[in-house]
Amino acid sequence: MLQSPLRTPLIEGKKTYRSITSDILNPMMNKAGKFWYLGMTIAGFAMLFGVFMIFWTVWQGIGTWGENRTVGWAFEITTFVWWIGIGHAGTFISAILLLFRQKWRNSINRSAEAMTIFAVICAALFPLIHLGRPLLTFFIFPYPNTRGLWVNFNSPLVWDVFAISTYFTISLVFWYVGLIPDIGTLRDKISKGLKKNIYNFLSFGWKGSARDWHRHKITSIMLAAIATPLVLSVHSIVSMDFASSIVPGWHTTIFPPYFVAGAIFSGFAMVQTLLIITRKAMGLEAYITESHVENMNKILIATGSIVALAYMTEMFMAWYSGVEYEHYAFMNRATGPYWWAYMIMIGCNVVSSQLLWIKKLRKSLVFTFFLSIVINIGMWFERFVIIVTSLHRDYLTSSWTMYKPTIVEFGLLIGTLGIFFTAFLLFIRIFPVISIFEVKSIMKTGDQH
Amino acid sequence: MRSSSYISIYFDDEVPMLQAVKKLLDSKEKITDVLSPFPVHGLDEALSIKRSRIPIGGFIFGALGAILAFGFQAWVFTVSYPLIIGGKPFFSIPTFIPITFEMTVLFAGLSMVAAFLIKSRLKPDISFKPVDERITDDRFVILVDTADKESTLNRVKSLLSGIHTLEIR
Repeated sequence: MLQSPLRTPLIEGKKTYRSITSDILNPMMNKAGKFWYLGMTIAGFAMLFGVFMIFWTVWQGIGTWGENRTVGWAFEITTFVWWIGIGHAGTFISAILLLFRQKWRNSINRSAEAMTIFAVICAALFPLIHLGRPLLTFFIFPYPNTRGLWVNFNSPLVWDVFAISTYFTISLVFWYVGLIPDIGTLRDKISKGLKKNIYNFLSFGWKGSARDWHRHKITSIMLAAIATPLVLSVHSIVSMDFASSIVPGWHTTIFPPYFVAGAIFSGFAMVQTLLIITRKAMGLEAYITESHVENMNKILIATGSIVALAYMTEMFMAWYSGVEYEHYAFMNRATGPYWWAYMIMIGCNVVSSQLLWIKKLRKSLVFTFFLSIVINIGMWFERFVIIVTSLHRDYLTSSWTMYKPTIVEFGLLIGTLGIFFTAFLLFIRIFPVISIFEVKSIMKTGDQH
Repeated sequence: MRSSSYISIYFDDEVPMLQAVKKLLDSKEKITDVLSPFPVHGLDEALSIKRSRIPIGGFIFGALGAILAFGFQAWVFTVSYPLIIGGKPFFSIPTFIPITFEMTVLFAGLSMVAAFLIKSRLKPDISFKPVDERITDDRFVILVDTADKESTLNRVKSLLSGIHTLEIR
């Protein structure tokens, strides 16, 4: 019989069950370091700036934005799609990699799922304020009313509401189900006081019984199984917001797979950014190892290449379709007044991610950190290019115009970054960033069982 | 849980615990529960825990979600308020699919989580006291049901003499 060599351990160093618990819990139970406070301060100010800009937008109306009659969607929808995309890596890691039995995911899934939840919250903010009258948001849900009217179920915008709220709910319960045993660990490590009571409340009375573990395992696997098509559906539906219109450059069938690949691409980049900081700040180098970073970099090459292929396919199809409007839309994208945005998109997404074929760069944490930021800048510009260049010059030449963002719009982007990082920094102090029980279950390699 | 009608056997590793579980079951001892810090591979088979029916519940509720979502959209567009939107047909199956799918996932997911919490009796409870606070860290505990504590204790002790246990009480 053919025997495969033993796998290298997924976590480094000689660990016992007890040392895993303390390694993961100690950094969060001790006093927070200087860098945490520094991060919190910056993120807090960014958040306040954003909150003020939201207030300003709601108070004054969306006339404070640079959008006009021709370009009715721009910065905000770009940022919305960007955040939703970032939110895809969490469920990809926790669901798809769980189904594929990729055990290395165990060190990173918890924080990636948390990231998903925060990213979706940031994303949901944009359509909400884009409505102009956020108090009337409930209009988008089909509820019985005296007018006898319902929402338009033919509209992808309505599908989006269902997709994103389902995605948020399922991601949240999935994350919490995984957290329950670890909150139990936290509860038992804290000796007394209000903190203990809170964790006791949150742990749902977890006792680690074999039957509970059995149900926990089955529930997690089943949630992963249904979350997998859910991840793919959410960004597909977001892409249909564009694809089901007739705007040149939007009306293409490639959008759903193209958007999903892009979403996972940017999501993994954000996971890299966060984890490289987290492992350093929390001293978790033995758990989030270089090989984790390298594995995620491999996913970045794969999805980055899919994105590159999608860019080329779009270009080819625009030419091959023989439709002059499509021809123009794509020529205008690459060589029109927004050529610089297109160049940033190509440079950051296609060129830079291909550098990861070099093993040395793939293993370098410093390079990965900078690359992950570059990729997310590129992915923001991808959505900007798709949205703004297609809208600013479509069929009616008399209404061609340019779009320029205002300070309020930049403020909203900075504000959501602030919300995101504040939430993440709070998360790493409140809950274990690494799934303790899952790491314990993969601690031993084959021969020890 | 910590009543006199149980004896608890403590381990610091899952391998001797699994051996002990097999030995105890072979000699017809009644294991009430096994507590561990993580899901131990092979324990389900050793205790012959029947496969949970949570997925079946998830399927039923998922199907319910699908029927409700599809039925509702169809009812709205054909019976309640048929509205011509861009000349599209009233009853158009493809446009109902995305919401039907999302509701299927939502119903299935939430029902499975609810079933898990209910079946495992997990709920926010501030007065909860664990059997032992080290279980969620690095202790593996077998709880054996007993009517006569003294004799069971002796029986179990001699039965598990070859296995590395930390404490039997």
